[in-house]
Amino acid sequence: MDFRLNEEQQMLQDTVARLVRGEYNFEKRLEFSESEAGFSEDFWKQLGELGLTAVPFSEELGGFGGGGVEVQSVMTELGKGLCLEPYLQSVILAGGLISQAGNSTQKEQWLAGIASGELKAAVGLQEPQSFYNLNDVDTRAEKSGDGYVLNGRKAVVIGGQCADLILVSARTSGDSRDSDGISLFAISPDTAGVERRVYPTIDGAKGCDITLNNVQVGTDALLGEEGKAADAIEYQTGRAIAALCAEAVGVMEVANELTLDYLKQRKQFGVPIGKFQVLQHRMVDMMSELEQARSMAILAASVADEEQSDERRRILSAAKNVIGRSGQFISEKGIQSHGGIGMTWEYNFAHYAKRLVMINHQLGDDDFHLERYATLLQAS
Amino acid sequence: MNMNYTAEELAFRDEVRAFLDEKLPADIAAKVKGFRRLSKEDHLRWQKILVARGWYATHWPEEYGGVKWTPVQKHIWDEESCRYGVPRSIPFGVNMVAPVIIKFGNEEQKQQYLPRILSGEDWWCQGYSEPGAGSDLASLKTRAVRDGDHYIVNGQKTWTTLGQHADMIFCLVRTNTEVKAQEGISFLLIDMNTPGITVRPIITLDGEHEVNEVFFEDVKVPVENLVGEEDKGWTYAKYLLTYERTGLAGIGLSKAALEHLKQLASRRLKNGRPLIEDPSFSQRIAQVEIDLTAAAISNLRIIASVEGGGVPGAESSMLKVKGTEIRQSINDLARRAIGPYALPFVEEELNLDYEGEFLSDENAAPVAAHYFNNRKLSIFGGSNEIQKNIVSKMILGL
Repeated sequence: MDFRLNEEQQMLQDTVARLVRGEYNFEKRLEFSESEAGFSEDFWKQLGELGLTAVPFSEELGGFGGGGVEVQSVMTELGKGLCLEPYLQSVILAGGLISQAGNSTQKEQWLAGIASGELKAAVGLQEPQSFYNLNDVDTRAEKSGDGYVLNGRKAVVIGGQCADLILVSARTSGDSRDSDGISLFAISPDTAGVERRVYPTIDGAKGCDITLNNVQVGTDALLGEEGKAADAIEYQTGRAIAALCAEAVGVMEVANELTLDYLKQRKQFGVPIGKFQVLQHRMVDMMSELEQARSMAILAASVADEEQSDERRRILSAAKNVIGRSGQFISEKGIQSHGGIGMTWEYNFAHYAKRLVMINHQLGDDDFHLERYATLLQAS
Repeated sequence: MNMNYTAEELAFRDEVRAFLDEKLPADIAAKVKGFRRLSKEDHLRWQKILVARGWYATHWPEEYGGVKWTPVQKHIWDEESCRYGVPRSIPFGVNMVAPVIIKFGNEEQKQQYLPRILSGEDWWCQGYSEPGAGSDLASLKTRAVRDGDHYIVNGQKTWTTLGQHADMIFCLVRTNTEVKAQEGISFLLIDMNTPGITVRPIITLDGEHEVNEVFFEDVKVPVENLVGEEDKGWTYAKYLLTYERTGLAGIGLSKAALEHLKQLASRRLKNGRPLIEDPSFSQRIAQVEIDLTAAAISNLRIIASVEGGGVPGAESSMLKVKGTEIRQSINDLARRAIGPYALPFVEEELNLDYEGEFLSDENAAPVAAHYFNNRKLSIFGGSNEIQKNIVSKMILGL
């Protein structure tokens, strides 16, 4: 039993950490966030040049076949910097879906670009009515001539505003919420009938809702077998959950450092407020939540690339549940411990707090995953 | 990053399982698994079996009859014991006073006490808390005044667990009132049969006689029963507490309690369906199982770090808080699971040899009492608030 990173993993994590420290301070992040892209094109380019966007891919694609732990190392450091780049969407989710479901032509066409960072991809799996259930797909894809016609709306596609390629789920058969009958299509945002309504997110990134209005695509846009995409979507979402948990741990680490620092600096009644026991115990609780979260992020990373099983499903839902709750706890208690300053845009803590709460709104919140875990528990 | 046991560790686990399969008395295991009361005789019978195998004193050096287990081996033992229903070892002799005697005692003390702890001849209890000294332990007032070859001890100890069975008590006593509270404390070993000692039971809210008050009235204790130096007892006491704190998170015990809870919830009905299928109850179970999973990994992280040469510090305090909260939540759910049958308190149903008809069933009988009994978890071994003070000071530097 050994929970330490090996030398390569440590080097990887150090590389990302150095890059984030050098390129991503608080003021710069605000600029990136307000730019049209919504992140730093330059930082993204550097992630690509250093091979970091290629981490989970094979050697032919310039990667080193990194698994859950390698992805965890990268994501934790990106979390510490509150980085806005679409690593989760493009590298983990889209890259993962194409790797798992794509045919050799499609892999050849897109994976090298995703691995190098030159191609940015996004995924549209949610819909306005779907909540967090990714089998709840109402977007239709009807066979038409040589391909398909897509109609529907995909909700909150983070990174969709800048994507060169968007993977969307659409129903080719079956009823709403059937797992059978869901297909995946890779579409270019420039295709006629694709309309993006772009918005900033409350945690500083950008996203869009996408309306598909009689969007005509060829059969070469279909990823994997028609109607059989649900398994790949669930599996890759699982990898993304592990990655998101790792990011959350990075965010929590910095959030707690900032709060602890503040307790030592801020004086009231003639003493640092950290001398007050009620604040000390709250801080201990926040550290304890972080440790629970860290344990679950480690566990999630250890199963992220394992074969699908109920055990993997349970662990990933457990991890996302813990991360969701501990993130909100650290966020809310951290704001409270900071007092007024924790409420301000100018102070970095608030941005960590927002990201932590919003992570709970991506890929299923703690209630969603608790329900899923409980269902799996009964099945076992 | 590797969360698996090595081949040697797996072999050790097999060895443990084979031993427990063969040697653990079925009646004792049944009591433990059913949260029933164990007698002194039960404990001693099991202790003899462990001693014979050489697995009783896992903190001791080999020269005193101990066994050198790695932190992972100890963890494997804990996990398997909880799964099998091994009685929790009574720690006061083997895991508390013995490490202090080994580290700070003289040769005669080692020769005199250690073999008797192994053999079960001496049952030890702990004389730390006093009516006026709980979390603020250093404010203790029990006085020991030197008089020739003896100390004359006067005062009162309380919350003395299983003191009614004890042959010996290790006590923190005040030998100096002129100095700072921590600097005037000594560590004395006292024979419970000495004239002037009175043990009175304290019955806890579940009707259990587990703890006692111990009164000392002009009790003559030979000076050779002083451990280490006079007035240095606080150092020894703190050393002992680090032993006490490891394992207080009770992860293995929580796992066993969770299994018990699931069984209860599978057998009870709500709206004609097993309670475990009820959406809100199953989510409560799911939540505590998830939290336990996280705590179990945190526990493994501490074990792996100690295995790698680290020292378990305030991290164990953080885990004690989490672990005891989780176990109390499981006990809470078990109590909820039996619904109105939490109310009847039929004490004879708690005995394993009860042959009458159960009001509800044998699994339900001890549940409510056990819930109340385990409110102690967040109080003993340093209350959870004290643990947070420790983390705040040692890790956070506040």
